[in-house]
Amino acid sequence: MATTVHTHQDIHHDTHADEHHEGNFWTNYIFSQDHKVIAKQFLITGIFWALLGGILSVIFRLQLGFPDASLEWLRPVLGGWITADGKLDPEFYLALVTMHGTIMVFFVLTAGLSGTFSNFLIPLQIGARDMASGFMNMLSYWFFFVSGVIMFISLFISTGPAGGGWTIYPPLSALPQAIPGSGLGMTLWLVAMALFIVSSLLGGINYITTIINMRTRGMSFTKMPLTIWAFFFTAIIGLLSFPVLFAAALLLIFDRSFGTSFYLSDIYIQGQALAHEGGSAILFQHLFWFLGHPEVYIVLLPALGISSEIIATNSRKPIFGYKAMIGSMLFIAILSFIVWAHHMFVTGMNPFLGSIFMLLTLIIAVPSAVKIFNYVTTLWRGNIRFTPGMLFSIGMVSFFLTGGITGIFLGNSAIDIQLHDTYFVVAHFHLVMGSASFFGMLAGIYHWFPKMFGRMMDSRLGAIHFWITFVGVYMVFFPMHYIGIAGFPRRYYSFTNFEFTSGWTDLNMLVSIAAIVTLSAQFIFLFNFFYSMFRGRLASANPWNSNTLEWTTPRNPKHGNWPGEIPAVYRWPYDYSKPGAKDDFIPQHIPYSETLESNLPHENDQIKLEGSGDSAIVIEPKH
Amino acid sequence: MMNSIIILGVILILAILYLIFRVGSLVNVAKGEGQDSKVENGNGIHAVLFMVFMIVSLTGFFWYSYAYFEDYNLPIASEHGLETDKLFWITMGVTVVAFTIISIVMFAFIYKYRYNENRRAAFFPDNHYLELTWTIIPGIVLAVLVFTGLRAWNEITAPASKDAEVIELIGQQFAWTARYPGKDKELGKVNFKLMDASNEFGLDLTDGNTHDDFKSLELHIPVNKEILLKIRAKDVLHSVYLPHFRVKMDAVPGMPTHFKFTATKTTQEMRDELGEQTFNYEMACAEICGRGHFSMRFPVVVDTPEDYERWKLSQESWLKQNPDYMKDVPAGLKESAMIKAGIPALQQIKQATAVGSN
Repeated sequence: MATTVHTHQDIHHDTHADEHHEGNFWTNYIFSQDHKVIAKQFLITGIFWALLGGILSVIFRLQLGFPDASLEWLRPVLGGWITADGKLDPEFYLALVTMHGTIMVFFVLTAGLSGTFSNFLIPLQIGARDMASGFMNMLSYWFFFVSGVIMFISLFISTGPAGGGWTIYPPLSALPQAIPGSGLGMTLWLVAMALFIVSSLLGGINYITTIINMRTRGMSFTKMPLTIWAFFFTAIIGLLSFPVLFAAALLLIFDRSFGTSFYLSDIYIQGQALAHEGGSAILFQHLFWFLGHPEVYIVLLPALGISSEIIATNSRKPIFGYKAMIGSMLFIAILSFIVWAHHMFVTGMNPFLGSIFMLLTLIIAVPSAVKIFNYVTTLWRGNIRFTPGMLFSIGMVSFFLTGGITGIFLGNSAIDIQLHDTYFVVAHFHLVMGSASFFGMLAGIYHWFPKMFGRMMDSRLGAIHFWITFVGVYMVFFPMHYIGIAGFPRRYYSFTNFEFTSGWTDLNMLVSIAAIVTLSAQFIFLFNFFYSMFRGRLASANPWNSNTLEWTTPRNPKHGNWPGEIPAVYRWPYDYSKPGAKDDFIPQHIPYSETLESNLPHENDQIKLEGSGDSAIVIEPKH
Repeated sequence: MMNSIIILGVILILAILYLIFRVGSLVNVAKGEGQDSKVENGNGIHAVLFMVFMIVSLTGFFWYSYAYFEDYNLPIASEHGLETDKLFWITMGVTVVAFTIISIVMFAFIYKYRYNENRRAAFFPDNHYLELTWTIIPGIVLAVLVFTGLRAWNEITAPASKDAEVIELIGQQFAWTARYPGKDKELGKVNFKLMDASNEFGLDLTDGNTHDDFKSLELHIPVNKEILLKIRAKDVLHSVYLPHFRVKMDAVPGMPTHFKFTATKTTQEMRDELGEQTFNYEMACAEICGRGHFSMRFPVVVDTPEDYERWKLSQESWLKQNPDYMKDVPAGLKESAMIKAGIPALQQIKQATAVGSN
């Protein structure tokens, strides 16, 4: 078995060796099948969407923080969505909320994060020339691109984009007479998401296949960096859950366009009883959250993997509890499929289901806690360098902790009765899923930028970007806990209609100002990113003194990644500060025979196996 | 004019920032920073900043939570609300302790173990006892929280008692209506196909129980009596949200839902307690339902039992308010319908006899 894989890689190598100088602009940068170029395409597209998603959120934050201010100055951009008295149209407000959620969850934190780093790091870190199928990988990007184009177009149509919340619960999303966004905007949303799912599946199949089949000699599963483990689980979760969203969307399309009644029943709207009978609106929610909850981990796991790698590298210490980290990710991945109905405690589903889902949901806190403790212990007695990547990884752990803890409230069905659909929920998921994943993504960009573009990003600008964003994010989302405990429902256009919500204008204003500042700070990043791409300091091949295989490639790896043979792997990726070693890091491709001074007893036994070809794949060291 | 000055100003500021950045970079290159040293000069600053951040933010968190407690803590006016809020605060206690300890430890490590050229990090890849400890302890704590939560949840969602006061709430874009069962204490049958502008409940008048049902644009409930809310939606999802009573339940078209609770304080009692004579209980919509989602306010009044009975007696049945619909009542039930609906029968008989004598 192992031999076949080996031969296969050699063939790969030969075919690519000649390709290095071929190709024109179109094949090299646009319809490229090189995983690194595709990763950059995902990254740039993701950055575009992140910026757009952020701007949308600032527009609705203006409405919430400054309800009396005139937004007349936005008329040149928003046109008719600004009402005659200079206010945001309430339906457009809902459309903004919906599109902000859709864009951030799917286009930025799913495609932008997994698409970028799974593509970039999987072949580089496992020692492969490229993905299993470069063509499928290219298709994955272009399906995503087309999906994005359709979603983007939906922003500009006269009835507005989808406006029923990113969860698009029917009947609201099924009935154009209920909200104009459920007309053409919703159709485009569904088409875009269908294409997005295709993209996601094409990518996921590729990631899984590549990780299983194309690891270099010696790269056993127990020697894979945690990033790869995270991408592996993420891809499996996506592969199993996205088709369910596809089914849910398809049935919704049927209900909308062909008069079926999967989700609709007993509806009387605008003086007319509709013919739909026998459908269940709750069915959609079950199907949606069957994807929707795993989706949380689809965006979070890559961030956790990236942070693990960066924290270990910059603490100059092995990640604490490597196997426990894998185990907790596996456990989280499995549990993520059986907790979905905690989003639905008060939808009227059977309360017995509620108790089961509450039990399962709170179990998920245990592996999450293990991860936090392991991060903290990794820092203990480290020798910490605060590179921008490290700063963002620390921020990521902090958000994961702060936001994760409020999950214990919301997972408790009895407490959730009051907190459900309030700002407490908004605070919770923006910290634990939104900001944590976003910080994971930024950490990854800063950390792997030298390998992507051969140049360093400016670390002072990176530090300024980090501190404004880190404090800003807390200023945006922490006050929302109080607003939520006070009972504010989410997705409210204004809070003046109720006595119990009419206070708190000061806190809402603070949140909005913090949001504007935080968004502005992202332009520092944008400048740094594009400036450094062309004029940044030249990077060395391994600027962070890191152990993983991608740093053994040349400064600007060509298609095929390694100019000569792919290095074999002899050790796990976290041999940092090993006692006795000359340097404080020993890369994975250094055999034990070259590090006699630092070998642990069982590692010395590995030496005699090193020469004998494939056996290194079979024998696994015990850590 | 003003706009172009602003744009010019912004461009100038950006240009200056860019220059500062360029000069800074060049100075660093000249000093040779980042070339041979393993870390940059500012490394220690971040360690200090993280400490400052930790101290300031934790202090701010505790101070604000304590100083503004009255503002964000919504008064409770239901029996199960006391229970769920107790759970909320127990969870808060447990998690804040964990959160504070982990935060302090994490940021302290970050500070203490900042880069030092003369030190080497410890090679500490795992420790099974430590890992087992922090798997088992959160496990036990969470088990306790789960079981207390389960007990409360099971009580809250248990079937309502037979003599509970049944009230129906109907959500539609963008208003609520309430339907009371009337004297027979039975809500009559409804069918969405019978809905029209007047018959907004879709009352099926062939069912005698509908005849005394009455509509209200305020939710009146008696204090200290179990209430069973039966919840419906006409068009899209809505959600009944009574913040002071810790009640929330979605209204789903085609799937009636319900929620039982007991109010513990009348509106007047709550006003006296808060010292705000203008206070009112309110009901809101908590599930996105369209343009007017934010404005689906429904007034709630908690009465003493006497006031509640008096209020109910003062309400006219829906059928009495819409006598045209008598035509839909089957002939055999007309007489009882008029009695139940409280339509003065005498008048109609008089009319009938007057016509007959002519």
